[in-house]
Formats: sequence, C-alpha cells, structure tokens
Amino acid sequence: MPTNHQTFAQPPSARQRVLDQIFGVLTRAAAWIAGLLVAVIVLQIAWKAVPAVREHGLSFLTGTTWDPKQQQFGILPQIWGTLYSSLLAIVIGGVLGLCIAIFLSEGFLGSFAFRVLSLFGAQHRRWALRIPDRADLLLRNLVELLAAIPSVVYGLWGIFVVIPLIRPWADWLHARFGWTALFSEPLQGPGLLPAVIVLTVMILPTVTALSRDALASVPPKLRIAAYGIGATRWETMLAVLLPAAKRGIFGAIVIAFGRALGETMALAMLIGNANKISLSILSPANTLAALLANSFPEAGPKEVPVLMFAALTLLLITLVVNVFGALIMSRAGVEKKA
Amino acid sequence: MLSLLAAFTACGSSERPRLIRLQGAGASFPAPLYGRWFKVFNAAHPNVQIDYQSVGSGSGVKSVIDGTIDFAASDAAMTAEEIERVPRGIQLLPMTAGSIVLSYNLPHVEELKLSREAYTGIFLGKIKSWDDAAIASANPGVQLPKLPINLVVRADSSGTSFVISQHLSAVSEEFAKNPGTNKMPNWPAGTRAKGNEGIASNLKSTPGSIGYLEYGYAETQHMPMASLQNKSGAFVRASTESGQSALKNAKLSADLVGWNPDPAEPASYPIATYTWLCVYRHYDDAQELEALRDFVHYGASEGQQFAESLGYIPLPDDVRKQVIEAVDKLAPGKTVASSQ
Repeated sequence: MPTNHQTFAQPPSARQRVLDQIFGVLTRAAAWIAGLLVAVIVLQIAWKAVPAVREHGLSFLTGTTWDPKQQQFGILPQIWGTLYSSLLAIVIGGVLGLCIAIFLSEGFLGSFAFRVLSLFGAQHRRWALRIPDRADLLLRNLVELLAAIPSVVYGLWGIFVVIPLIRPWADWLHARFGWTALFSEPLQGPGLLPAVIVLTVMILPTVTALSRDALASVPPKLRIAAYGIGATRWETMLAVLLPAAKRGIFGAIVIAFGRALGETMALAMLIGNANKISLSILSPANTLAALLANSFPEAGPKEVPVLMFAALTLLLITLVVNVFGALIMSRAGVEKKA
Repeated sequence: MLSLLAAFTACGSSERPRLIRLQGAGASFPAPLYGRWFKVFNAAHPNVQIDYQSVGSGSGVKSVIDGTIDFAASDAAMTAEEIERVPRGIQLLPMTAGSIVLSYNLPHVEELKLSREAYTGIFLGKIKSWDDAAIASANPGVQLPKLPINLVVRADSSGTSFVISQHLSAVSEEFAKNPGTNKMPNWPAGTRAKGNEGIASNLKSTPGSIGYLEYGYAETQHMPMASLQNKSGAFVRASTESGQSALKNAKLSADLVGWNPDPAEPASYPIATYTWLCVYRHYDDAQELEALRDFVHYGASEGQQFAESLGYIPLPDDVRKQVIEAVDKLAPGKTVASSQ
C-alpha cells in the first residue's frame, strides 16, 4: 500500500531511540542480576562450607553415618536417596506425563466430546461448537493446577491417603516378591514408595505442560504430510511427531528431574528420613533436601558448615544433571541437522 | 527498634506506663503452657507484651547466644560451653516439667506394658516384632499381633530426643555407647519424622508403630501410652503424680540444672524432665528486666495452677523458691561486653 508508505518507514525519533536504549540497558541488567544472584548464592554457600570441606573432605561424600554427637558426618545415604527417588519419579512421571501430553495435543478429548455431541445430532449447534476445545483446555488446566498445590499439602495427603492406600499392595509385593532386591523390606509407613508416588504427581504438571507445548509446536504440515503418505495415527505419532518434538520433551524431563531433586517438604514428611542405602522401594530413605530441612533450624555452629557442604553437593548434583541434559539436547540437535 | 518504639510510647503518654515488648523463642514442649501464662499475665500487665515462638530448643538457644531475643526456652537446658559464649551471662530457670511417653498404634491392644529390656531393645533396633518374648512376657493375656515394629523417632534436633536418649543411656550401657545422649541421636533403627505432630501422624497412619511424644501432646491427641517399667521394677503410667515423684530426686545444681535420668522410687514414671527458661544475667533496660522478673514470679507461683490441666507437672515448692531467688538476683545495668 503505497499511500501508507511514510507512516511505517520513518527513522526512529530521538525519544524512541532513548527509550530503546533504556529498555536495552534494563533487560541487560535484569539478565546480569539473575546470573549474579546465582553466583552469589553459590559462592556464599561454598564459603560457609569451607571449614567442613577442609575437615571432612571426600569422606563426607562416601560416609554413611550422620551423628552430630560423634561429629561424624557422611551423606552417601542422602545422595543415594535423592538420586534414587528422583530417578524413579522421573521414569514413572515421564511416561505418564508424556502420555497426557500426547492425549492433549492430539485433541483426543475434543474428538470424544465431538462424538458425544454428534450422538445427539448437536455437533453443529452454535452452543456446541466450542465444547470440544473447551474440554481440552479444561483438562490442560486441571493438570497444571497440580503445580499450584503446596508441598506440605502433598505431604499430608501422602501420609493420610497414599500410605494407607498402598499398604495392602506393598505388603502383598513384599510377601510375594520379597526375594527380589526391590521389595526386600516391608513397608513400615513412610518410605521410598509413597515418596516416589507423591513426587511423581508433583512433577507431572511440569512434564505435561512442557512436552505438550513441544508437541503442539511441531509444524502441522508434518502431521498432514504423514497422513498424506498413508501413515496411521500410531505411525504418525511415533515416527513423526515424537521425534520432531524430542528436544522439547527431553528438556521437560530434565527440568522436572531438577525439580524432583530439590523437592523438600513433601519428601521430608514421607521418605522416613532414615539414613540407609537400600535398593528396596519399600524401605525408608533420606534425601539431601530433607536432611537440610530437618537439621537446619537447630543446627549449632559446628553443624552449619557441614549442612552447607551438603547443600553444595545438592547444588552440584542439580548442576551436573542440567549440564548433562543440555549436552544431550545439543547432540540431539546436531543429529537432526545431519 | 524496640527501644525506639518504647521511647516513642514513653513520650506519647506520660501517665501511662510505656509498652514493653519481650521476645522469646525456643522449646515447643512448654509452648502451650507459656502461651496461657502470657495471656493471663498480659491481662494483668497490659503494658507488657511477650512474644514467644516455639521453634525448638536448639533454635531458641542459638538465638539467645546470638542475642536476637530477650529469653529462650529449652528442654535440654544449656551446656556450659553454650553459656560461656554469652558475655551477658545466662541464668537457667526451671519453669515447668513434663513426662515423655511412648505412644503406639496396635489394633485391639488396650493396654501395653513395656519392660526396660523391651523398650531399650526396641530403640536399639534389636526387638523387631511385636510378638517378641521380651514384650509378651510383661503383657500376659494380651494378644500381641505378629507385626513388625515400626519405630518412629524425631528427625529434627529436639529437647525431647535429648531427654529420652539420656534415659535410655542410663538404662542401657549399649545405648550409652552408641548412639548416646544427644538432641539428635544417630538412632540405629526406625523412620524419622519432624516434630511431635510428625511422630503423631506417622503413628496414626501406621499400625505396628511406636514412638515418643510429650505427655501433654499425647494426652490432648488421645494417643495411647504404654506403661513403662522403672528402675524398681514397677510398671508406671505417665501422670502428674508419677512425674512429680520422678522429679523429686532430680538434684538441681547451682545453675538450677538437673535431671533424674533413671528414678528409683517405685511410684516414679521413668522419663520426666524439667524445662528451662534461659534468661540473661544482665539486661540493659531496667524496665524490661522488671517485666521479665514479674513474669517469672507469676509463672513460678500462680501460673503453676495451669500446669496439670495442660499435661505438665507442677514445680515442687522448693524449686519454685529457688527460681524466684535466682530471678531476683538478675541485675540491670550495662552488659559486661556488648553482645550485639
């Protein structure tokens, strides 16, 4: 449209340029502050941990006793419990979350609503037109609402609902499969299994929301092309959509894993806080975050550095997980290009 | 900030006494009783406002050492080492006492008696099943289920853990060696939960479990409590009388600290303890000190009447006297060395 030519092809005015610059400085400052904050926190924790690092060194990471009386501190059981519970939760939660994400992005619920409506011949009525979309949106929001439940409520739910609910199953598993390492101990009450179940529910919204977004952002033409060459829905999903969205899905899983590692309150209430290393998912365990939450409020001057050391270890684990995730993702990206 | 507020109110109204605020923190065990005292005391002294946060003994002691509060409360008193770190000096004042009970969840078991051998064995992780002979022999006629024992202990550092581990150390040499007496012992068995409420919720949700609770808490929550065998061999239930009997022979030192980790009289409940207020020996502000002194006087005299109904053990008369003597010795005036 030549008549409008002057209106949108003008050089920026002085005012606009100043505003641009201010905005640029602001965004840069915000980004730097965020980075700086991380650095300051890490440095402060590390600084306070120095006495403990000097005194205990590597034996802190390999020791299995936590005894403030004897001044013996080892966090191997906590490291084990942190990784084991998070891994189990991410395996279960990852599969479950991905299934929900596919269900949502494929619009299964919408087409189901459409079919129900068409049973009554109402699918083209004006009031019915939006129902399929609304149903999808409702389910999506419900899953995301899980993220809004406070951690301590999850903990209480775990103690009063999950544990009594799984007890008969756990007893049966122990009685039947007690000879395997996974079920070698009876469920006492709090333990790994209830903790993992609750943790799974807690990371579900993260996995679901992020992988749904990844699936939804796959270009529609890929899907159409797949159907066009005669692929079934299964084939389209497994061979086209999931590979195309795999970076996003993997990112979702890494972020959810990070959340699981750091989850504190619910786990402190559910995992049993017992410092032992066992493969059994029915036995109580401990995590680094739970140890910190339980010990910090009353820590004496000798314990604070030790706890800071434990915090540093947790930070390091999270960092390694994230770096590892980023590496795998970038490799996946390279493969795609090749 | 405090003094500023105080100064402001002092200028504002010359005839009304100025508002005095005291900050305290510490043990959760005596918190309900202290809360009642603050309320009644405040009604009689409207210009004194006392805030208390029940954050746990260790936390309270930490804050009083750091000088961020005006007084602390602790079930484990304070160690000589901790007192040394306070330039203003510390006076410990036993204000009330209580028992620690073993509460359990055993379907269809109305009454449970635990011998010394049985409960030390449970805490050492040696007795693993409810139908163990050591438990059954003290409970003839009781159908004990063949359930694994799920021991629940405190995950956080706590005065309650200190007192019960002290008792267990007095009873069993093996326990004294490892884990020994501590606010956070390295328990050889059991799952761990935070706070009385954590233990109680675990007990309620898990049949076959046993754990330790403060008597007052267990009483208000209607938790079942086991009768424990004391040094004389008698099985005693926790009550005001049995607790008082246990404390009769707890010799208090000059600092008013003392325990009776294993009372010998037949009527004594084995696990009872005083709980202390930790106050400074010097307060900068004479009026603040006056308010605190009034409060301690009140707590050690009239306040004791609330103890029993809330599940605490009222102080013996001679201890009350000692507390009042001690608090009268506190001095106003400048601190020896500033702690701020």
